[in-house]
Amino acid sequence: MIKLKINGQERNWDGDPDLPLLWFLRDEIGLTGTKYGCGQALCGSCTVIVDKEAVRSCITSVSDVVNREVTTIEGLHPTGDHAVQKAWRQVNVPQCGYCQAGQIMQAAALLLDNSKPTHDQIREAMSGNICRCGCYQRIENAVHLASTGV
Amino acid sequence: MNIITRPHKLRGIEGRIGIEKISRRSVLTGLGIAGGLVLAAPVTSRQAFAAYETGAGKMPHGTVVDPRVFVAIASDGTVTIVAHRSEMGTGVRTSLPLVVAEEMEADWSRVKVAQAHGDEVKFGNQDTDGSRSTRHYLMPMREIGASARVMLEAAAAKRLGVPVTEVKAVNHEVVHSASGRRLGFGELAADAAKEPVPSIGSLKLKDPKDFRYLGKGQVSIVDLRDITVGTAQYGSDTRLPGMKYAVIARPPVTGGKLVSFDATDAMKVSGVEKVMEVQGWPWPSKFQPLGGVAVIARNTGAAIKGRDALKIVWDDGANGKYDSVAYRSELEQAARKPGLVVRKEGDVDGALKGADKVIVGEYYLPHLAHVSMETPVAVANVRDGKAEIWAPVQSPGGTREDAAKTLGIPEDNVTVNVTLLGGGFGRKSKCDFALEAALISKAIGAPVKVQWTREDDLRHDFLHTVSVERIEAGLDKSGKVIAWRHRSVAPTIASTFAANAVHAAPFELGMGLIDMPFEIANIQCENPEAAAHARIGWFRSVSNIPRAFAVQSMVGELAHATNRDQKDMLLELIGSPRLVKLDSVKDPWNYGEPFDSYPIDTGRLRRVVELVADKGGWGRSVPKGHGLGIAVHRSFVSYIATIVEVAVDDKGKLSIPRVDTAIDCGTFVNPERIQSQIEGAAIMGLSLAKYGEITFKDGKVQQGNFDNFPVVRMDEAPLITNVHIVPVAADTPPSGVGEPGVPPFAPALVNAIFAATGKRIRALPIGKQLET
Repeated sequence: MIKLKINGQERNWDGDPDLPLLWFLRDEIGLTGTKYGCGQALCGSCTVIVDKEAVRSCITSVSDVVNREVTTIEGLHPTGDHAVQKAWRQVNVPQCGYCQAGQIMQAAALLLDNSKPTHDQIREAMSGNICRCGCYQRIENAVHLASTGV
Repeated sequence: MNIITRPHKLRGIEGRIGIEKISRRSVLTGLGIAGGLVLAAPVTSRQAFAAYETGAGKMPHGTVVDPRVFVAIASDGTVTIVAHRSEMGTGVRTSLPLVVAEEMEADWSRVKVAQAHGDEVKFGNQDTDGSRSTRHYLMPMREIGASARVMLEAAAAKRLGVPVTEVKAVNHEVVHSASGRRLGFGELAADAAKEPVPSIGSLKLKDPKDFRYLGKGQVSIVDLRDITVGTAQYGSDTRLPGMKYAVIARPPVTGGKLVSFDATDAMKVSGVEKVMEVQGWPWPSKFQPLGGVAVIARNTGAAIKGRDALKIVWDDGANGKYDSVAYRSELEQAARKPGLVVRKEGDVDGALKGADKVIVGEYYLPHLAHVSMETPVAVANVRDGKAEIWAPVQSPGGTREDAAKTLGIPEDNVTVNVTLLGGGFGRKSKCDFALEAALISKAIGAPVKVQWTREDDLRHDFLHTVSVERIEAGLDKSGKVIAWRHRSVAPTIASTFAANAVHAAPFELGMGLIDMPFEIANIQCENPEAAAHARIGWFRSVSNIPRAFAVQSMVGELAHATNRDQKDMLLELIGSPRLVKLDSVKDPWNYGEPFDSYPIDTGRLRRVVELVADKGGWGRSVPKGHGLGIAVHRSFVSYIATIVEVAVDDKGKLSIPRVDTAIDCGTFVNPERIQSQIEGAAIMGLSLAKYGEITFKDGKVQQGNFDNFPVVRMDEAPLITNVHIVPVAADTPPSGVGEPGVPPFAPALVNAIFAATGKRIRALPIGKQLET
């Protein structure tokens, strides 16, 4: 039995310890905010925060996160009003929206590490997250807004 | 897009059928509303008419203009408006209900949007493709809103005992200004529902100067908050009690078949419950499943692991030798010989012979995959002769029909619930993945989700075609272009439906080939044969991508050959402001629209070129290694011009400091979403120009994920994309937005690269061609 802590809640898993965290979150406990995009850590759609770092849940096995704090988009902020989430709404970032949970988690992790990133730092930190609709200009502006208030 | 797929469907006003089958109850349950109003009654379906005519009535099942189908008002005043088109990122799920709210004077903050399930008899055509939602539904939605307003006003006038001319709906209330009395929409709902639906001819639409929402761009998409907190429901997010998870191993070669499989090791994987064959259809398989072996498990991860452990023997079939290198050479050979003439004005052969100079450009554009971030995925629950499907489909009506046929049950027994689409780009107008889920659910007697992996998506896509475009332009002594021959050769989308289709379908010819707008005395367009060896489908902006690339690259080549500015060359070729006549073309396709409402207007084409040149600073001086390129293209009956500034460093690495795009899409609903579509089109255009290429060897796709099919990421995206929307008169018919931003980008980019480096890119992707 593997014991996990996800969004502050204890969760148990007695299946395959190698199961990617992504599928545990989505299929086993119904946290579907975290998305599948590539399964190879190439696109960032499945990004969650483990302790304080952005992690691709598609290549992270359930057993890798034992005794660590996993935060998904559902647990980022109790009322969904994290500075990054608010900035995303203010800038009208999403088109289809599918990749945005991963983008938001990546951005939130960036701001934990660097509260005032430059535009170049934003572009670099966010470049692991693909948006096929092409919302990059707005994502960049929203991360900047979340970090500076302007 | 429906020309080939469902020719049996009733078209136009003949689509007014089956109305008696729809009950008030079905409207209410469909909307999930308990109690309250309810502008719901036996439904009649009417053909919209407007100041201008569109092709909406010719779509399968036409248009339904009825407030009782699209609007419900609860007694607490909540107005529910049905979105019957699929949301894949364009904002349509917000824009069309917003139009209804505008005309009915509803307060948007008290409006809820309900997604229609697939039912075209009830809602009219639901195929969300071809950039036509606003084009076809702006006026019908205004009429629906106005009808609801009239019914509310009539109910209020009766209640107040005053003539209806003395009351007016204003922001969710009906006001009698003489007495100051007001009645809320909620209070009036029940009475309003009893009022007759006014005839469309009697409706008075709002004066555009009184619009509160339309054209303002102040309303965010309805799903914005849900998207940012992770609760927005995409196809992949559907969960049902007892639901199983499946992935499928499909034949690696298009048209291939399963010979045998060994599931012994797969069944040993923890969480795997069953392995079964899935029926496939013979090539060409239309939208039907490819078949293969499904692994069914308690979660997707287990299903994928199980599939990896399968041992399968395939028969590759007739396409097992498909090889992209050899095929390119075949297309080039075909483009160098005469082909089927599809447009002919003057005497091209004679003019080319007599020309002072002939410039030849041969352009190659490879297959592209859609790679929407949400791969194809669907949930189905089939039991007791009934099927319910949840899927991110662009064509819920077609999905319902195809599911009924595939399962052998009546359409009435199939419900298709439309989720949000995590991107579509044309891929999700084909419902094969939903049919797979239906077949598996039927076989196992339980709800099942079929999840495509990214590898599945790349290897079994309905790909964008692969093409060679060859243009010969003849110039006289003064440098004027007097002859233009364009040969376009590419496997056709028709090949996905009909064996041995080797020529472009009319809708493909109409995308940038036969509608070429230049004022040249001798024009000939030809379409040599090309056989398909893979599933070909619609990709955002379709054949416009290779045609615009070729035509607009050739403009750059001609400018260079005659030592002229690109923009001046372009305007000279477009010629005088006029309506282009395609007299030599038999039944030319115009995106399904009548030419009367949507002519090829070179005045509007010139205007977007001039606007983007003005706003985009054409001719400005740029640093060394930078260059400016321009391109214009009319597609989906909109006019778009783009200027790209490129910077190429000494190693040949390119970056994009700035993009400017001007768009004339007629009357528009939400300029903020137009801006986002155009920003995104620049990214998609850059992705396909820089990297986009699917190749085949031994019949198999050689790419599998974003490592070998890269798309543009943030660190290489344009630093800024400026969008300039042409203001038009209020009665200008609306035209497409979702797709037309893509075609001009790549040619503007290669023209910019030429300006920066002197290197002419004639084959995409650019890849390593600039590396030094």
